[in-house]
Amino acid sequence: MVPTTYYIALSAVLFGLGVLAFIFKRNIITIFMSIELMLNAVNLAFVAFSQRTGKLDGQIFVLFVIIVAAAEAAVGLGIIILIARNRQSLNVERVDLLKL
Amino acid sequence: MSAQLLVFFILAALSVIGALSLIFQKHPIHSALSLIVVMVALAGLYLLMGAEFVAAVQIIVYGGAIMVLFVFVIMLLNAGLEEHTSISKMAGFPGILLALALTGFVAATVARSAGLFVQVAGDNGKIPGTLSSTRELSNMIFRNFAYPFELTSILILIAILGAIVLAHREN
Repeated sequence: MVPTTYYIALSAVLFGLGVLAFIFKRNIITIFMSIELMLNAVNLAFVAFSQRTGKLDGQIFVLFVIIVAAAEAAVGLGIIILIARNRQSLNVERVDLLKL
Repeated sequence: MSAQLLVFFILAALSVIGALSLIFQKHPIHSALSLIVVMVALAGLYLLMGAEFVAAVQIIVYGGAIMVLFVFVIMLLNAGLEEHTSISKMAGFPGILLALALTGFVAATVARSAGLFVQVAGDNGKIPGTLSSTRELSNMIFRNFAYPFELTSILILIAILGAIVLAHREN
C-alpha cells in the first residue's frame, strides 16, 4: 500500500504549482484553470485521508467539491465572456477598473 | 506492494508534469489539455486508492464537462497566445517564496503528523485501503447527507441561471 504521506506530499506540490500558476499567468482563463488545479489537489488529500481512516466521509466531501467546482466554472466562465466582450482582451492587466 | 508504488510514482510524475506544463505553455488551449492530463492522472490515483466512484466522477465531470466548458470558451473567445507584460517584482519574488513556503509548511505538517494517521486508522477497526464500496457511498449520500445533496441541486440551478444572465447579450 502506498503511504498516505506520499499522497499528501503530492497534493501539497500540486497545490503549490496551482498557486504559482495563479500568480504568474496573465490570461484570465488560465488563471481560472489554476484554481481548478488547486481544487483537484485538495480533493486528492481528501480521498487519501478517507482511505487512511477507512471512512467514506472524505469521498462525500470530494463529490461536493466537484459539484461546487462545476457551478463555479459555469458562473466564472460567464464572467470571463463578459470581461472579454467589454475589454476586448483576456489579459488580467487590462482589467484594472478598481485599481488605484 | 511495489507494483502499487510504481503505479503511484508514474501517475504522480504525470500529474506534476501536467501541472508544470500548465504553467509553461503559452497558449491557453495547451494549458487546458495539460490540465486534462492532471485530472486523468488524479483519477488513476483515486482508482489506486480504491475510490472507484470518485474516479469515475472525476473523469466524467472534471475531465468531461468542466474541461469541455473551458475549451469551448477558449474557442468562443478565440484566445490567442498569452500577452507578455512585465511581471511586477512585488508579485514575482514574494510569489515564488510564498508558494514554496506554503508547500513546505503543508509537507512539514504532514511529516510531523505521519504517526497520527496510523493511530486514527486503528481506532475504528477497519483495515485502511479496503473501503471503496459505491453502495456504502450512495447510502451515505442519500441518508446522512441527503439535505446537503438536495441543496447542491439548487446551487447548480442558480449557477446555470447566473451564467445565462451574465453571458446574455443585451440589445
